[in-house]
Amino acid sequence: MAGSITEAVEIIDAGRGGGTGTPAGGGDDGGSSSPLPPIPRRAYFTALQLGLAAIVMFFMALASSYIVRKGLGNDWQHTPMPAVVWFNTLILLASSGTIILARKKLEDGDREAFRSWWWVTCGLGMLFLAGQIIAWRQLSAAGILLSTNPSSSFFYLLTAAHGAHLAGGIFALFYVLFRPWKRSRISQATAAELASIYWHFMDGLWVFLLVLLTLGR
Amino acid sequence: MVTEENGGGHGNHRPPSGFIRKYVFSTDHKVIGIQYLSLALFSVFLGMGLSFLMRLHLAWPAAKWPFFRGGLMTPEQYLALMTMHGTIMVFMVLTTAPQSGFGNYFLPIQIGASDMAFPVLNMLSFWTTMVSLLVMLAAFFVPGGAPISGWTAYPPLSALGEISGPGQGTGQTLWIIGLAIFSVASLMGALNFITTLIDLRTKGMTLGHLPMTCWTWFVTAILGLLAFGVLLAACILLLLDRVAGTSFFIPGGIVISGQVIAWHKGGSPLLWQHLFWFFGHPEVYIAILPGMGMVSHLLSTFSRKPVFGYRAMVGATCAIGFLGFCVWGHHMFVSGMSPYSAFAFSMLTMTIGVPSAVKTFNWLGTIWGGKITFNCSMLFALGFVSLFVSGGLSGLFLAQPSLDLYLHDGYFVVAHFHIIMGVAAIFAVFAGLYFWFPKMFGRFLHEGVGKVHFWITFVGVYATFMPMHFLGLAGNPRRYSQMTAGPFLRALQPLHVFITIAAFITIAAQFIFLFNVFWSLFRGKEAKEMNPWHATTLEWTIPSPPPFDNFGGVAPVIYRGPYEFSVPGVADDYILQTLAPDLVRKA
Repeated sequence: MAGSITEAVEIIDAGRGGGTGTPAGGGDDGGSSSPLPPIPRRAYFTALQLGLAAIVMFFMALASSYIVRKGLGNDWQHTPMPAVVWFNTLILLASSGTIILARKKLEDGDREAFRSWWWVTCGLGMLFLAGQIIAWRQLSAAGILLSTNPSSSFFYLLTAAHGAHLAGGIFALFYVLFRPWKRSRISQATAAELASIYWHFMDGLWVFLLVLLTLGR
Repeated sequence: MVTEENGGGHGNHRPPSGFIRKYVFSTDHKVIGIQYLSLALFSVFLGMGLSFLMRLHLAWPAAKWPFFRGGLMTPEQYLALMTMHGTIMVFMVLTTAPQSGFGNYFLPIQIGASDMAFPVLNMLSFWTTMVSLLVMLAAFFVPGGAPISGWTAYPPLSALGEISGPGQGTGQTLWIIGLAIFSVASLMGALNFITTLIDLRTKGMTLGHLPMTCWTWFVTAILGLLAFGVLLAACILLLLDRVAGTSFFIPGGIVISGQVIAWHKGGSPLLWQHLFWFFGHPEVYIAILPGMGMVSHLLSTFSRKPVFGYRAMVGATCAIGFLGFCVWGHHMFVSGMSPYSAFAFSMLTMTIGVPSAVKTFNWLGTIWGGKITFNCSMLFALGFVSLFVSGGLSGLFLAQPSLDLYLHDGYFVVAHFHIIMGVAAIFAVFAGLYFWFPKMFGRFLHEGVGKVHFWITFVGVYATFMPMHFLGLAGNPRRYSQMTAGPFLRALQPLHVFITIAAFITIAAQFIFLFNVFWSLFRGKEAKEMNPWHATTLEWTIPSPPPFDNFGGVAPVIYRGPYEFSVPGVADDYILQTLAPDLVRKA
C-alpha cells in the first residue's frame, strides 16, 4: 500500500488503539511471505502470557485438589521420593542455563554456537523426561502404583502433567530449529525468545511441584 | 524493521482457493464464526428435541411412544436425555453461539483488524470443538447409552462406572473425554480472543472506543481462559477415578446396587463439586455476558441514543466477571458446608445484584425517550432485558442459603437457570442474528415471519418456565422422571401438562425461525446498503458480506466512541466511528 507519511505513521501506531506506545510490528523481520495477515510481534508475547496463565490455573486446580484431598481423607500414606528426581531437577535447572546461553549466542550472531546450545537444551529436556520415567519405574518396582494411595496418585499425575507440558516445550525447541522462518510472521530470534520463556516457566513450575510433593508427602 | 503491513493485521493477506481451504478448514474468522453458529444451530435443535421427549414423559408418564423399547421411557432413559440436553445446551449452544460464533465473526471487524491474531489456532479451536461434540454424541450409540449423572456429573455416581447405572460405563467416559476436549478448544479460543483485542486494535480504537460487544467478548474470554483449565483438571481426575482405580472423588464404604465398593476409599465427592463449580459459575457468565454486550449495542442502535452510562456498563461487565469467580459455593449450599462459608458465598452472590442492576437500569436509561424501532432484533433485545430481570430476581431467592435448602433440588432452580441462562442468552443470539444477518449474508431475515417467531417464543418461554416456579415452591423435585408418586405431586400434574403444551408450541415456533433462516439466505430482501440500520461501528463501513480481508488491506482509523447517536447540531442521527471530525455534516 503506497500511502502518505501520515498514513504510514497511523498504521505504525496501530495495534493498541492509541497514538503512542510501542509501534506495531516492533522490530521484527518476519512476515514477508506468510499467507497469514501480519501481526505485531508483541501479540506473540501476549498470547504466551495468556497460555501460561491458563496453565497456572490448570496446575493450581491440581495443587489445591492435592491439598484438599490430603486434608479430607484419612488414607494418606507417605510416598517415598525416588532419588533420581533430585538429579532430574538439577538437569532441568541446567537446561534453563543452556537455553540462556543459546539465546545469547543467537543475539551475538553466532548461529553455530546457538544451534549447539539449543541442541544441548533439547537433550537435557529429554534426559529430564527419561529420568522421570525412571522415577516411575522405581516407584512401581517398589509396588507403589498410580492407584496405591492418594499420595502416589498425585505423584504420578503431577509428574505426568508437567512432563506432558515439558514435552510440548521440547517440541517447541525443535520447531524453533527446523521451521522455515522465512515464511513465518516472526523471526527465529523471537520464536527462540518465546520458547525460552516457556522453558523457564516449566522449570519454575517443576520446582513448585517438587516443593509441593516434598512437603505434602 | 517496522513495516506498514504489521499494524493491526493488515497487508498481503490473500484468500485461499479451493473449497476445503475456503469453507471447511478455513482460517478466515468469518467462516469460522459461521461454522460455530452452524454447530450451535444443529446442537440447539438436538437439545430441544431431547427436552421435548422429557416434557412428553413428564406430562403423560404412562403414555407409550414409538421411539422407546416397549413404548415406555425408563427413569434411566429420562436421566440420559436430561444429561445430554443440559450438556449440549450449555457447552455446544450457550458457550459457542454468543461468544465463539458472533465473537469470531465480529470482534476482529469491530476493532478494525483483518483477522484474529492466530487464524490457524482459531481453525483448530473450531475443529477441536467439533471433535468434542462428536465424542459426546457417540455416547448415545455405545452399549448402555448416554450417561445419566446430569451435566454436573457429580461423583460418586459419575465415577464408579457401569455399576451405577446404564450409561455410566462407556457413555460417561466419552462424556468426560468430550468435555476435556471441549475445555482445550475453549482455552485456545479464549487465548486468541484476548490477544486479538489487546494487540490488534486499529488506530484510534482505544479501550474507551470499544463497542460494548467487544468488551463483553473480552471479559468472557478472560473468564474462559481462567475457568476451563480448572474444568480440564477436574475431568482428568474424574477420568482417572474411573479408568485407573484412583480415589480422588470416591469415598470408602459405598454400597451400590447391593454391592459394597471395596476398592475405593477416602475420596471426596465435594472436591469435584468445588472444582466443577469454580468453573461452572463463571461458565454461567460465559453464556450470558456476550448477550449483555449485544443487547447494549442493539438497544442503543434501535433507540438512536448512546448507551446510557457506557463507563458504568464496562465497569459492571468487569465486576460481574470478577465476582463470578467468588461465588461458586452458592451451588453447594446443600452440601453441608459451614454456615459461615455459606454466609460469605451468599453475600458475594447478592453483590452481583449490584452490577446486574446497573446494567438493567442502564438498558432502561438507554431506551428511555429514544426513537425506538420495534424490529425483530430490537424485540428480541427487549425480550432479553425482560427475561434477565425475571430470571435474575429468582436468583436473589436462591442466593439465601436458608431458602436454597428447600428450593435447591426442585423446579424453582430449573425455572431460574432456564430463564436467565438459557432463554435470555438465546434471545440475545436471536437479536444478534436479526441484526447482523444482512452483514453476514447480504440479505435480511424476513421481518414479518420474524415477528411471529418472536411473539410465540416470548409468550411460549414464559408459559413454559414461569409455572416451574410454582412447581418448585410446591415441592416438585427436579431430575425425577415421574411426578406421580405422592398425592401432592399428583395434584401438580395438570401444570406439567400445561408446561408441555407450552413447550410444544415454543419448539414449533423455532421451525418458523429455521424456515426464515434458510428462506432468507436465498430469497431474503437484499441488503443493498452497506449500513442499513444506520449503525456506527466498523462492520457497517464495509460491504455485505465483508470481503476476505475485511478492510481491503487498509487499516481504518477511529475518531470517536461507538454510540454517537442523535448528537445535537449534527445532520444525521448517527456518526460512524470512522468519520473524521471535519467530515461530520452540521445540521
